[in-house]
Amino acid sequence: MVTMWWTEEATARLSLPPELVGVATIAVLGAAGFFLFPEDLAFLTRLIGITFLVLSLDLVTGYCGVATLGQAALFGVGAYAAGNACIAGVTDPCALLAVGAAGSALAGLLSGALITRFRGLPQLVISIAFSQLVTALSNKLSSVTGGSDGLSGIVPAPILRTFSFDMYSRTAFVFSVVVLAIALAFLMRFVRSPFGLLCRGIKDDDLRAQMIGAAVYPRLIVMYGVSGAVAGVGGALTAITTGVVGLDSVGFERSAEALVMLVLGGAGNLWGALTGAIIFQLFEHIVSATNPFHWMTLVGLLLILIVVFAPRGMFYGASVAWSKMRPQRWLR
Amino acid sequence: MTLLLGLHDVSKSFGGLHVNRDVSFDLVSGDRVALIGPNGAGKTTLVNIISGDLTPSYGRITFEGEDITGLSIAHRAHRGLVRTFQITRLFSTLTATENVALAVMQRKGMTRRFLSVAGSSSDVRSECQELLQTLGIGHLAGLRVSELAYGQQRLLEMAIGLALRPKVLLLDEPAAGVPHDEAPKILEAIERLPPDIAVLMIEHDMDLVFRFAKRVLVLANGKLIFEGTPSAVTADEEVRRAYLGSYADARRPT
Repeated sequence: MVTMWWTEEATARLSLPPELVGVATIAVLGAAGFFLFPEDLAFLTRLIGITFLVLSLDLVTGYCGVATLGQAALFGVGAYAAGNACIAGVTDPCALLAVGAAGSALAGLLSGALITRFRGLPQLVISIAFSQLVTALSNKLSSVTGGSDGLSGIVPAPILRTFSFDMYSRTAFVFSVVVLAIALAFLMRFVRSPFGLLCRGIKDDDLRAQMIGAAVYPRLIVMYGVSGAVAGVGGALTAITTGVVGLDSVGFERSAEALVMLVLGGAGNLWGALTGAIIFQLFEHIVSATNPFHWMTLVGLLLILIVVFAPRGMFYGASVAWSKMRPQRWLR
Repeated sequence: MTLLLGLHDVSKSFGGLHVNRDVSFDLVSGDRVALIGPNGAGKTTLVNIISGDLTPSYGRITFEGEDITGLSIAHRAHRGLVRTFQITRLFSTLTATENVALAVMQRKGMTRRFLSVAGSSSDVRSECQELLQTLGIGHLAGLRVSELAYGQQRLLEMAIGLALRPKVLLLDEPAAGVPHDEAPKILEAIERLPPDIAVLMIEHDMDLVFRFAKRVLVLANGKLIFEGTPSAVTADEEVRRAYLGSYADARRPT
């Protein structure tokens, strides 16, 4: 279903542009979160930050086939960049997002230039090495990162000089939802562009891509830059809304978790990344609250079940089940 | 008759194994050349060297008078040196149209665009449709490569090659795996190519070779042992010994 958008029949059938569907979905989910779970807005705000990380990972892993376990490093760079900018006096939240995005885009371009030089296992190892390097630097450069205590004292100004951050995280949540909606609309367009299509082609067969005249390596680096920017927005958002940046933002564990969420939801599809990020974090949140002793076991079981029964991810599995349930005339 | 592609003493060895030895030939505009030879003669290696997938151990390759020996695959393709693969290589999760569209958009320099929708250009769409129809797979446009039969994939591979508007087209056994009733479509597509481009085809099907080629190159043990017209090739003793065997006898005028 995912690749069908290109053909005219699919365009005719799906009269709504995906950008709009994306924005509407985020708006509905955001409204539901805001009104149904007013006690949990701080958690839901953090969830959105991590969702950016998973979306950014989808760009390089899902769309380009780059194996990486170092994506959180890009997230962390954005968080530290925004945090430091804020402490230095740039307190406007939108400017801080831009700082985070720019910092991580740069980190993405640099690390991407190294990581995409390799393929397969060496690539994976390089990505881990990069993440370890960033973690070690974050730990050592305590004047910039606060070291193991974390970077604190991040007090952003009111958004657009009007909406100040409150202790119930209402402003933070609404701000995050709006930023996510805008980012998702951009990404929905981005992955459908000729550039996005070429990236999917490169993932399928990079030699073939070279043989049609495409310079594969520069394209992958550019994609890494974009992915970094998306991760950086997530990191900056988390820094702004929580006021602190800890070492866990950059760590290997967060990278691995993001990969799990992506695979769970379905790599190579923004809806999959979104589904995986939201459902995994909700599940983790609920289960760890109700059963603090065995929640990791339950999360492990969920993962195994999903990989066994929906190996291409929850989103794909659900859309197949849905199209089977629908009346025959809707099928192709 | 402009000189398009030139090979000068191209040699390739893997360790002690000499796959190609001092191969030299030219392709001029309008050439229709068949490259034949027994299995293991080094035909595909030669195409890999020309397309840039392998670097020759020795020798030079020129394209439109310029040395391209050190040029990357992508640059060669961009200049109009295009190949197809013996074993189909396609973008397997994309649809047939998307496969061709990528080639068309790459040729037009459109793949840097990141805010327009890939299918929105009607020029690209109609060109894709035309190419797919030329090869008789227009009705499969919306199917993914993984849903196509192998023969149809071969035709799609050909469509991608044509979409790049090559100046020199290297076809590595384009008809291998194509069902017999569809094979003529490949030849038709080649016959409809602009007359000034050069085509080099590796092929085992001698009927196809005789229909297509104006000139035949024979490679045996990595060496070029014959260059001449299709009718002369059957008469050549060395070629017959190396390759043609009984087929040549069957073709021999009585």
